[in-house]
Amino acid sequence: MEKLYSFTAHRLKELMAKGEVLPSAVLDQLFARVEKLDPGIRAFVLSNKEKAKAAADNPASKRGKLAGIPVLLKDNICVKGEATTCASRILAGFKPPYDATVAKRLKAEGAILIGKANMDEFAFGSSCETSCYGPTRNPWDTTCIPGGSSGGSAAAVAADETIMALGSDTGGSIRQPAALCGVVGMKPTYGRVSRYGLIAFASSLDQIGPITKDVEDAALLLSVIAGYDEMDSTSVDLPVPDYSKSLARDVKGMRIGVPKEYFIEGIDKEVDNSVRAAIEKFKSLGAAVKEITLPHTEYAVSAYYIVAPAEASSNLARFDGVQYGLRALTEDMIDMYIKTRSQGFGNEAKRRILLGTYCLSTGYYDAYYIKAQKVRTKIRADFDRAFSEFDCIITPTSPTPAFKIGARAGDPLAMYLSDVYTIPANLAGLPAISIPCGFSGSGLPIGMQILAKPFAEETIFRAAYTFEQATDFHKRKPNL
Amino acid sequence: MKTIDKKTVEKVAHLARIELDHKELELYSGQLGAIISYICKLNELDTADVVPTTHVLATLKNVFRKDVLKSSITPDEALGNAPAREGDFFKVPQIIES
Repeated sequence: MEKLYSFTAHRLKELMAKGEVLPSAVLDQLFARVEKLDPGIRAFVLSNKEKAKAAADNPASKRGKLAGIPVLLKDNICVKGEATTCASRILAGFKPPYDATVAKRLKAEGAILIGKANMDEFAFGSSCETSCYGPTRNPWDTTCIPGGSSGGSAAAVAADETIMALGSDTGGSIRQPAALCGVVGMKPTYGRVSRYGLIAFASSLDQIGPITKDVEDAALLLSVIAGYDEMDSTSVDLPVPDYSKSLARDVKGMRIGVPKEYFIEGIDKEVDNSVRAAIEKFKSLGAAVKEITLPHTEYAVSAYYIVAPAEASSNLARFDGVQYGLRALTEDMIDMYIKTRSQGFGNEAKRRILLGTYCLSTGYYDAYYIKAQKVRTKIRADFDRAFSEFDCIITPTSPTPAFKIGARAGDPLAMYLSDVYTIPANLAGLPAISIPCGFSGSGLPIGMQILAKPFAEETIFRAAYTFEQATDFHKRKPNL
Repeated sequence: MKTIDKKTVEKVAHLARIELDHKELELYSGQLGAIISYICKLNELDTADVVPTTHVLATLKNVFRKDVLKSSITPDEALGNAPAREGDFFKVPQIIES
């Protein structure tokens, strides 16, 4: 029997259109695999076998761009009537009364929602270790973290436990786990995809995006979820291209900048070598590669760890035990807020709420928050200058391959520095993809990042697709 | 910008409606101190004449919508997750002395 679970969405789509494969056969194989592997990987926090099978029999899922294709959603994306918890105790039992716009769009195009993926609590983390359900394991080495915060989504795609997945990315939460799990992950331009129904972390940085087995699937999935939505006033009213049409194998004359600030002390030697080899590959494919400078790169992590916790502390003020989720039983109202929040939030959530509240408090707002927003302007200006001369920028996605579970758990600052290469794209609102570009000596995947100017997702897809089709890193699978 | 002492962490925790025990206070003061001294790197940059970012895309304008009647979720759906409910209201502990 063919291993349908290992196929890409575009291949299954072709086979389903010809009537050679039935959606129910794919689901049967996938759920059998989830039952076998997920007790070890722990990528799923909710597996919806019965509902998925019923959806596959529904005529509505036989039409559309993703007809019959299984998709796994990160647990911070609302699906009507399905438990949505952000991997936090404070949202225990919460069932949204509405669909996120991305969930609605997926259903309208025939996709089958198979469950919810594990994540760092409220997307606060780079390793999936802050989840209230415990960490997800990296399918390439189950003693290692899968990256985060969309670690469940990336691990499930890498382990062939789903065909496609959605993640969310505030400082690298799609791209970093995609790199560490050897799959493709894309953060679209800020405003390209509606955030309605995505439980907010940092509203000026958050974007939903695809995590897939190859670039063609990422283009397919983004074509479905992108577009203006009147329910999200920050979504941008620009036409959505058919991204699948941007998949030309051609980078001849493409101007690629390589920022020297991304190849510095702290980068793992094998990551450095793999990304440099990938850049050589682009040269051999005809791209015009040049070293560039993005002088404010070293300030990005600092600016981010003011802006993101500040926005998070404000967004998380709504979790007080009144309307949904956990409520601590008390005699007094204020005590109810305090007890609920103290019992409901995990350590990293508390740390970020405290940091954000501090940065926004009287006397500190200008020194921290406004200062960070000014530095953000300088970081954006660096990119504006670069994109006046270059079509895209290539960097490593993460300074190291996956690290061991627990290795950075006691040192929040070391964990924050895991996102040093991915944070600038969020601060500047840019689209960026991570694609596989190598493996470490111990067999762990390495990813490279491709960035472009706002709404130039097609340029990114063309560069990524050309590289992918000229290499075979994306074809390797973990031994499971 | 300066580093953060235990008293400040206690005050911030109160503002955020979070209760910290003695051990947590100790832990967070140390960790937040380290994070804040790292963040203070921003002071190396002169930003006196820089306009702070309010939105990443220069093209975005204020967004209005037409004021038209539309259906929304029902009171039962809105109250479906309520930890406690009375009639069409969220029920909470008493807040005003009777």
